[in-house]
Amino acid sequence: MADLQLLAASGSETAARIASGNVSAGEVLDFWLERAAGDPLNGYLWHADAEAARTGVSADGGALSGVPLAIKDIFCTEGVPTTAASKILGGYVPPYTATSVARTAAAGLPMLGKTNMDEFAMGSSNENSAYGPCLNPWDAERVPGGSSGGSAAVVAGGLAPWALGTDTGGSIRQPAGFCGIVGLKPTYGAISRFGMIAFASSLDQCGPLTRDVTDAALLLGILQGRDEMDSTSVGIEGGVSAPSAERLDGMTFGVPRGLIGEGMEAGVLARFEETLIRICELGGEIVDIELPHAGHAISAYYVLAPAEASTNLSRYDGVRYGLRASDEDLLSMYEVTREEGFGPEVKRRIMLGTYALSSGYYDAYYGRAQRVRTRIVEDFDKAFGLVDFVVTPTSPTVAFKLGEKTTDPWSMYLSDIFTVPISLAGVPAISIPAGLAEPDGGGPELPVGFQIAAPAFGEQKLLEASYALEQAIGFDGSPGLEGGSP
Amino acid sequence: MSTEYEAVIGLEIHVQLSTRTKMFCGCELSFGDDPNVHTCPVCLAHPGVLPVPNETAVRYALQIGAALDCELAPESTFDRKNYFYPDNPKAYQITQAAKPFCANGNLGGVRIHHAHLEEDAAKTIHTGGGGRIKGSDASLVDFNRGGTPLVEIVTEPDLRSGAQVREWGQLLRATIKQLGVSDVNMEEGSLRCDANISVRPAGSDVLGTKTELKNMNSFRFIERGIEAEIARQKEVVSSGSEVVQETLHFDPSTGELHSLRSKEEAHDYRYLPEPDLVPIVPTQAMLDEARESLPELPAARAERYEALGVQEGAALLLSFETDWAGFFEGVLAADDSIEPRVAANWVTGEFAAELRKQDDQPLADARVTPEALATLVGLVGSKKISHGAGKTVLEEMVASGADPEAVVADKGLEQISDSGELEKIVIQAIEDNPKPAEQVRSGNEKAIGALVGAVMKATQGRADGGEVNRLLRQHLGL
Repeated sequence: MADLQLLAASGSETAARIASGNVSAGEVLDFWLERAAGDPLNGYLWHADAEAARTGVSADGGALSGVPLAIKDIFCTEGVPTTAASKILGGYVPPYTATSVARTAAAGLPMLGKTNMDEFAMGSSNENSAYGPCLNPWDAERVPGGSSGGSAAVVAGGLAPWALGTDTGGSIRQPAGFCGIVGLKPTYGAISRFGMIAFASSLDQCGPLTRDVTDAALLLGILQGRDEMDSTSVGIEGGVSAPSAERLDGMTFGVPRGLIGEGMEAGVLARFEETLIRICELGGEIVDIELPHAGHAISAYYVLAPAEASTNLSRYDGVRYGLRASDEDLLSMYEVTREEGFGPEVKRRIMLGTYALSSGYYDAYYGRAQRVRTRIVEDFDKAFGLVDFVVTPTSPTVAFKLGEKTTDPWSMYLSDIFTVPISLAGVPAISIPAGLAEPDGGGPELPVGFQIAAPAFGEQKLLEASYALEQAIGFDGSPGLEGGSP
Repeated sequence: MSTEYEAVIGLEIHVQLSTRTKMFCGCELSFGDDPNVHTCPVCLAHPGVLPVPNETAVRYALQIGAALDCELAPESTFDRKNYFYPDNPKAYQITQAAKPFCANGNLGGVRIHHAHLEEDAAKTIHTGGGGRIKGSDASLVDFNRGGTPLVEIVTEPDLRSGAQVREWGQLLRATIKQLGVSDVNMEEGSLRCDANISVRPAGSDVLGTKTELKNMNSFRFIERGIEAEIARQKEVVSSGSEVVQETLHFDPSTGELHSLRSKEEAHDYRYLPEPDLVPIVPTQAMLDEARESLPELPAARAERYEALGVQEGAALLLSFETDWAGFFEGVLAADDSIEPRVAANWVTGEFAAELRKQDDQPLADARVTPEALATLVGLVGSKKISHGAGKTVLEEMVASGADPEAVVADKGLEQISDSGELEKIVIQAIEDNPKPAEQVRSGNEKAIGALVGAVMKATQGRADGGEVNRLLRQHLGL
């Protein structure tokens, strides 16, 4: 049955079938629109109809033409509501389209819908969405991770063949790990940020969430490149092509042992160690390395990212667009609009960041955090002088339960302990599924992510190694959704 | 004995650059268009937009830096200055704090602390309630101006009086105008000036508490505002009180100073490096171009004119106005026997006055060419006509563009060169005016003016003044 084959197929497989005439682009779009419309996960905040999905999409886009894409609701889309999962952007319809979305449309990828996320990408569980949490397709009582929780859930849950997300401190990699799919955060500057609603500008980066490494490479190939609308974008020299490596001979993988162990679930650790063995079986070499300052990454990150966020989010003032909760006078317009429009985590970070930048505190907080960041960059430079890749688990745990960490922000922040140092260093990293593991405390098995980081702009090498490892692991990416709803 | 106080003044000058487009987006600059027609998602601060710096604005900033004799930074960065106001849609202004393009300069003896590039705010209009936000019915925002490139020039506190600020401000304006990078029109707001003012006992090197005088739209008002504030501060400290740090507005119609906000209400701008922009490293070619493309600037030009013998006042007037300087140099070029001092006096004196008298004609529209004026100056210089007759000719030239020699011929203004004829007229004048003649004889030399006037009247201004004087004195026995 055509439907079942489409559901199980990766983006590149579907593209190949369209190209060979086996199925039409229209049939593919209809199939996925129907899947997306039946969303049981609250993965989508907005659903396209056939006409909206095709608006602005090139009919002659190239090799991937016709394979529809889910887009995180952080990307501005002209004429289509864009909220960043915040009430303050309720009803906002952007007058322009993000460069990343324009590039996928030019490549012939229709838009299925806009996916749920943590408000302004602030969160690790998708529970900070103003429009309700998104559920993990493997277990509806658990979170899909965040902030790109919706994008990860719809891909893993058979509601989209692939998706766009953004990653600031782990927002692509952690939900990909929690949902058993592939998530790639490219080098800072590889993809334009124009039209991506800013959280922390010096860290935010767009990237793909996909069924397999090949799809991640193909989407990255479309997305990457210098954009004259983003002066921090540079692109990846030589572009990106589909990976084909089968072995890891001669490649070295550094394990920062100092970071790994404490606070980690036994099952996650077991899958991690098994994956290291597979690397060796494929001819790769495992080397212990030090990242002496990575232990301070979370502290530095929670100064720098909120500091940038506090200024990035100041534009939501009720004057020009979005929510205006009062027009009594200027001050109450600002205060009531922002009081009603922002959720608690966003407010917490605005206050943290405002404090960190205040006169008299700047150097003690922001200045110091910047110096830690510089040290972390140096740690990675040094590490990549010794090894080709740095590997860690993507997260210390498998997907946790809804509500489990909402009252304890610090424990929530710690779920990004392996992803944040890499974001601060600005280098590329991928999360690929390493198998399933029982959570501590028991229960059904859930996906475990394996994170691989490479030097800046080393995406092609990173994708080759990930591809070889993916083939050897042979993960079955399905949470058991053949034919029906998850 | 009471203490003498001196004022210490530093300036912050905002110059709107006359680039084609805004600082960080492609919207065109305009003045006087319908509101909110030159906007885009970037300058309206929609979610997700990013700034892209305007290269021409960077070049202009470097040129200004070069003209102010600044060091030009090999690498320059932008910062965010955070404050909430509807004219500031991002709620931060992109400016430069840590590494401005230009630093440590000097113009006319006043040190320049630095000059940096930033973006202008939008325009707000408060309807009802006297134009202030408090008590207004509504506030309207026009984003056309929002994002206009600005160079802010910050001086060291090297100025001492309102008059000095006016003079220096005029020099700065003329200098920037000469570069062609700004309209420097204070009424339209393309040049705006804030002054930081304090007083201290004369000779002290400690700075007193300063107040900031905001945004005045002419150098004359700035001068008056500063003088009023200096007087106020001197009174405060003389009476044993202390100056309170605050921001003030000067109302030129009443001459009064109003407090806009006190130190307690001052903003904490929470500066941070702008993460959306990479550092700008001007190429050597850009730096060279900034310095080499400089035209002759007013200060240098004034110096050159003075070296030619032009009087200081005339040299400054000519140097501050490029077109006047061009006209002056045209006169010299037309006839190299004319002394620069004489030509400058004619251009800035009689000629400028005649243009003003005849409907305030701008120089650009004048019907008189530098060559024609040179001819006229030559006629006077060679005593073919008297200075007085020269003025009559000039009046006709300005009115109709007539050729000076033709006017002299038509009106018969040629000077009386026959001294016998002139002597007869002098004798007649003494006879006709016995009273002043008697006064002069009895020692009141000033009374000779009346006799000179009588001779001039009789000759219709065709007599040489020096010769008339000599003959009168001779016949009055002086």
